[in-house]
Amino acid sequence: MSTVTAPGPASAAWLESVLRVFESSLPVVLGESAGCLDQDRTAARDYFRRAGPPSTRQEAWRFTSLAPLFAVPPEVLPASAAPFEADHPHDSEVLRLYWDGDRDPLAGVDLPEGLSRLETGFQDALLGTVLQAAGTADSWLVRFNAALATQVLALRVRGQVSLPLELVSDCGDGTGVRPLRLLLLLEEDASLELLQVHRAAGSSLATVVVEAQLSPRARLRHGVLAQGTDASCLLAHLAVSQAPASELDLTTVAGGWGLVRLEPAITQVQGAAVTRLRGLQVARDRQIADLHSLVRFEGPEGQLDQLQKAVVDDAGRSVFHGAVQVPQAAQRTNASQLSRNLLLSDRARVDAIPQLEIVADDVRCTHGATVTRLQEEELFYLRSRGLGADQAARLLLAGFCDEILASLPESASSWKPAAALLGPARPR
Amino acid sequence: MIRPDAPVLLEICNLHATVGDQPILKGVDLTLRAGEIHAVMGRNGSGKSTLSKLLAGHPAYTVTAGTVRYRGEDLLALAPEERARAGVFLGFQYPVEIPGVSNLEFLRVATNARRTAQGAEDLDTFAFEDLVRERLKVVQMDPAFLDRSVNEGFSGGEKKRNEILQMALLDPLVAILDETDSGLDIDALRIVSAGVNQLATPDNCILLITHYQRLLDEITPDYVHVMAAGRILRTGGKELALELERRGYDWVDEGLDSSNLADPIAPPLEVF
Repeated sequence: MSTVTAPGPASAAWLESVLRVFESSLPVVLGESAGCLDQDRTAARDYFRRAGPPSTRQEAWRFTSLAPLFAVPPEVLPASAAPFEADHPHDSEVLRLYWDGDRDPLAGVDLPEGLSRLETGFQDALLGTVLQAAGTADSWLVRFNAALATQVLALRVRGQVSLPLELVSDCGDGTGVRPLRLLLLLEEDASLELLQVHRAAGSSLATVVVEAQLSPRARLRHGVLAQGTDASCLLAHLAVSQAPASELDLTTVAGGWGLVRLEPAITQVQGAAVTRLRGLQVARDRQIADLHSLVRFEGPEGQLDQLQKAVVDDAGRSVFHGAVQVPQAAQRTNASQLSRNLLLSDRARVDAIPQLEIVADDVRCTHGATVTRLQEEELFYLRSRGLGADQAARLLLAGFCDEILASLPESASSWKPAAALLGPARPR
Repeated sequence: MIRPDAPVLLEICNLHATVGDQPILKGVDLTLRAGEIHAVMGRNGSGKSTLSKLLAGHPAYTVTAGTVRYRGEDLLALAPEERARAGVFLGFQYPVEIPGVSNLEFLRVATNARRTAQGAEDLDTFAFEDLVRERLKVVQMDPAFLDRSVNEGFSGGEKKRNEILQMALLDPLVAILDETDSGLDIDALRIVSAGVNQLATPDNCILLITHYQRLLDEITPDYVHVMAAGRILRTGGKELALELERRGYDWVDEGLDSSNLADPIAPPLEVF
C-alpha cells in the first residue's frame, strides 16, 4: 500500500522557506550571464506559491513520497570547501570540472579543443527549448529548479572533443539545497563523452536540470553516477533533443539516496535517431529510487533500446515509469524497453510501469518487466564451488549490476561505482 | 582401480530423501574407495540426479533417514561450500549461466577457496592465470572462454568442458559427474572423457551418473550400479552396463518387487 502524502502544511512551509532563503540570498552571477533564468525563476516561484509541492495524489508522483525532501534544512548549500582531488585522483585523460552552483566551473580551466563556453546570445535562445520539445518545461522538478537556479553552465561542442568531460557535484556533508543547471549544444557531427557525478553525505538536496541539444549526426555518451546517503536527496531532469542521425547513450546509475528521482526526457525531433538508455538504481533501508523516463519520437525510423535495472533490499523502494510516445508521424519506429528488478527482501518494493503510447501502425515496440529474487540455482552453483553464501550473493549481485555499470563512460571506474553502490558485504 | 585396502572416501548408508513431500531416495547404500570409478545408471526419475545434488548439498532436498560420511565425517552436516572446500565436487548436468560474472574471476575465487581449505596459499591473478592456462589443456578449451561470463552463451559441450576444467582446478577427492556426457557430440565426449581419465588418480574417486554405455566406453568404471525407484537395485562390474544396454531397464525392474521395496535396508542384488 502506498502512503498518500498530501501537500500538507509542513511540506508547503518547507517549500516556502526554501523559496525565501533563495530569494534573500544574493543571486550569483557567474559565467557570462544568468539573466536568462530570471524570468523563469519569478514565474516558477509564483507557481509554487499557488500550487505547493506535489503529492502522491498526482499521477507523476503516485509511488514516490517526497517526505525525505522535507527533512532537508531549507537553506542554501554552501559551495564545497575544497576540491577533493586527494580522494579521487584522476589522470590527465579526463577534464574534471567542479560544479557547485556557486563558483564558475570553467574559471581558470583550459578547455580542450572542441569545447567552449556557449555565447550569451545562444544561451538565451536555447535555454528551455529542449524542455519545450520534450513537453516537460512545466514539470514540477523542472519548475522547482527554475525557482532556485541562478547560474547555468552552458557549453558548446564542436567536432570531436579530445578529452572526456567529468562534471562533479559533491555536496559533501553540507546541509541545504543546491540548484544546478547545464545546457549543452552539440553541433553537427560533434561528439562528447560526459560523466556527471553527484555525491552527497549530509542532509542535502541537489536539484539538477540538464538540457542537451544534439544536432544532426552528433553523438553524446552521457553517464550519470549518483552516490548518496540516507539523508541526501537528488532530483535530476535530463532533457535531450535529438536531430536525425544523432546518437545518445545515456547511462544512469544511482544508489544510496534517501530519495533520488531521475527524469530522462528524450525527444527525437524528426525521428531517425538512435537512443540507448541504461539505468541502474539501488535502494535499501528505507530509500526511494525513482526513474521516470520519457522518449518521444516525432518522426519516422527512430530507434530506442532501453534497459532499466533495480536492486531493492530491506524496506527500500524502486519506481520505474517508462513512457514511450510513438505518434502517427513516427512510422517504422523500432523501440524496446525492458525493466529488470531484483528484490532482496520481503519488505522491498518495486513498481515498474511501462507506458507505451503508440499511434503509428508500422512500428516495432516491445516492452517487458521482470521482478525476481537471486536465483537459487545460481547461488547453489557458486556455493558448490566453495563460495560462501554471502560471497555468492554478492557475486550474483555484482553480475546483475555489471551490465549497466559497464556502459558508463570509462572515467567512471575511478569512482568505484560497484563498491559504492553495493556497499560492504552484509550477512543475510 | 579396486584396492580393498584403499581408504573409504564416501560411504552412503540407507539414504532416504524427499523433495517437498515427495520421497525420492528410498534407501541408497554406496561405498566409494580411493582410486575407484563408479557409474550409476538408471531411468529418468530413478533418483540419480537427486543423489548427486544431495551429496553436493542442494537445499531443495531433505534427508529423512540414513547417513553420508566423507572421509569418516558427517557430510550432511556441512554447507554446500564447506563440502566443496573439503573436496567434494559436483559436475552439473545443466551448468548454470551467470551473466555479468567473469568466468576467470569465478574460477580463481573457487580455486582459492579450495586451496585455503587445503592449507595452500591464495593464488594472485597472475599465478592463477598460469595455472588455469595449463589446466585448460586437460579439456582442450579455448582460453577465450575465460574472458566470458560464467557459462553464458556456451554451447552444451563448452559448458561440460568448463565443468571438467573446474574439476581440474579444484582437485577434488570425490567427483560426482552428473550426466557429463549429455549434450556432447562424439569428439567432445572423447575430449571430456580423456580429461576425466587424466584427473582420476589412486587418491580420488569418481561417481559417474549416466544413461549411456557410450560414456563408459571412454571411462572404464570399476563398479556399475543400477538405480530404480530411489534405490540401487543391482551392482556389478563394467559388464553390467553392457547387459543393461542389451536387455533394457525392464530387466532391472524384475528385481523391483514389493517385498524388496518394503525392506529399505535389503542389500542390492549382486551380479558379478
